[in-house]
Amino acid sequence: MYRDETHNVVRLSEVTKVFRMGTNKVEALKGVDLTIKTGEYLSIMGPSGSGKSTLFNMIGALDKPTSGRVFIDEVDVAQLDAYELAWLRCRKIGYIFQTFNLIQVMTAIENVTLPMVFAGMNRDEYTEKGMDLLKIVGLAERYHHKPSELSGGQQQRVAIARSLANDPAIVLADEPTGNLDLTTGEEIIFLLKQLSKERGVTIISATHDVKMLNVSDRVVWIRDGRIDRIEDRDKLKISIGEVA
Amino acid sequence: MKTSVERQVVLPWNQVVRISFNSIKARFFRSLITTLTLTLAVAFVAFTWSSYDMLNAIWPHADKSLQDLIASSGYELTEKGFGSSPKDIWLAILSVLVCVVGIINAQLMAVTERFREIGTIKCLGALDSFVVRIFLLEAVYQGLLGGVSGSVLGVLVATLSLLWKFGFAVVYSWPFQQMLSTIGWASGLAVFLSLIGVIYPALVAAKMQPAVALRAEE
Ligand SMILES: Nc1ncnc2c1ncn2[C@@H]1O[C@H](COP(=O)(O)OP(=O)(O)OP(=O)(O)O)[C@@H](O)[C@H]1O
Ligand SMILES: [Mg+2]
Repeated sequence: MYRDETHNVVRLSEVTKVFRMGTNKVEALKGVDLTIKTGEYLSIMGPSGSGKSTLFNMIGALDKPTSGRVFIDEVDVAQLDAYELAWLRCRKIGYIFQTFNLIQVMTAIENVTLPMVFAGMNRDEYTEKGMDLLKIVGLAERYHHKPSELSGGQQQRVAIARSLANDPAIVLADEPTGNLDLTTGEEIIFLLKQLSKERGVTIISATHDVKMLNVSDRVVWIRDGRIDRIEDRDKLKISIGEVA
Repeated sequence: MKTSVERQVVLPWNQVVRISFNSIKARFFRSLITTLTLTLAVAFVAFTWSSYDMLNAIWPHADKSLQDLIASSGYELTEKGFGSSPKDIWLAILSVLVCVVGIINAQLMAVTERFREIGTIKCLGALDSFVVRIFLLEAVYQGLLGGVSGSVLGVLVATLSLLWKFGFAVVYSWPFQQMLSTIGWASGLAVFLSLIGVIYPALVAAKMQPAVALRAEE
C-alpha cells in the first residue's frame, strides 16, 4: 500500500452513532468526518454529552458505528474479523481511560505485560519490556504493587505504560486527567506529550482539560454529535484566551 | 510500521490455566463466597441422598427396637426402601433444585460484576474465546472445590446426625461404596452446574462490544 509523509493513521467518514433504548433514541454522533495524521497530538474537546467518548469508541474500534466508515491505517475496521480486530486493539492502538481500568487483581507489572501476553511474546521478553515501560513512567520500584496500593496518578502512569506495551501507532485517551488533581493531571499531560515527541506515537485524547490545549497540534471541537470546528496550534492561542 | 492487519494468536491452554489460576487466587475471598454457595448447595443434596442410603443399609441389620426407632423418627419405608416415598422424592428433587438455582445464581453474579474487566482485557487484545476459557476454567476450579467439600460435608453431617439418633449401628453398616459414589456424582453435579451457570453470562460478556462492557458498573 502506498505510504507517504502525511499518512492518515485514522480516517472517519460520515460516522454516525445512534443509541436506542426502547422507543427513545439518542443520536450521539451525527455524521463525523475526520482525518488524523501520523504523529499528531490531537485533542477532542466539547461539553459533557457532546459525543467525545462515543467518538473515542469509534476511533478505537471498541464499538460499531450505526453508519459510516472508520479506517485505521487505511484499513476499513468493519471488514475485519474477530481475530483481526483483536490484533488491531492489541498492536495498533493503546487505550487510556478516565477511570484507569487496571485489572485490580494484577500487579503493576502484570497489568503492563498483559497486552504482550496476548501478543504471544515469551515471558523473558515481556518482563524485561514491562520493566522498561514502568521505568519510563517512573514507577519501576512499584512494579509489585496492586492498583489499590497506588495513587490515582500512579495508576494512570501504569495505564500509560500498559498502553505502550506493543508499540502502538496510536494512543487513545478518554479524559486521562479527568479523575486527577491539577498538578497530577499536568504531569500526565506532560508525559503523553513527551511520548508523542520521542516515539512519534499519534495521541488522540478526548478531554475537558484546558491544559491539554497547550500541547495539542490540533484541537477538534465537537458539539452535539458534530464537529464544530478544528483548530491548528497557531490559531489556538486566541481561543485559549476566549476559554480562560 | 506495517499497514496490513494480522490475526491475533490464540493463547495456548497452559497460559490460560496460569492466568485463570492467578486470577482466582488473587480474588480468593470473593471466589470463596461463590464456592461456599456451591458447597452449601451440594451439601444439601449429599445430605439428603446419603441419609437415605445409610438408612437402607442399616435396616436389614437392625433389630426390632431400632426399626421401631427409625420408623418413629419420621422416615417412611416403602417396598423400594427409604427415600422412595412421594414425600422423600419431593425432598430429593427439591435438594437438587436448590443446588441448581444456588450455583447458577452465584456464577451469574460473579460474571456480571466483572463486565468492566472483560471490556478492558478485550481492549488489550483478548479474543472472545480467551474470555470464555478463563471463566470456564475458574468455574471448574470452583465447582471441584465446592463440590468435593460440599458433598463430604453433607455425608459427614448426615452420618453424624444418624449416629446421634440411632447409635453405632450406623457405623457398623456404613455403606462406604455408596457414600463414595454420592460424593462422586455430587461433585460432578457441582462442576457441571458451575459450568452451566457460567457459560451463558460468559458468552454474553465475551461477545459484547468492548465499549458496552466498559460502561457496566464496577
Ligand atoms: N451506551 C449508551 N446508551 C445510550 N446512550 C448513550 C450511550 N453512550 C452514550 N450515550 C449518549 O450519547 C451522548 C454522548 O455521550 P458521550 O458519552 O459520548 O459524551 P461525552 O462527550 O463523552 O460526555 P462526557 O464529557 O460527560 O464524558 C449522550 O447524550 C449520552 O447520553
Ligand atoms: Mg466521556
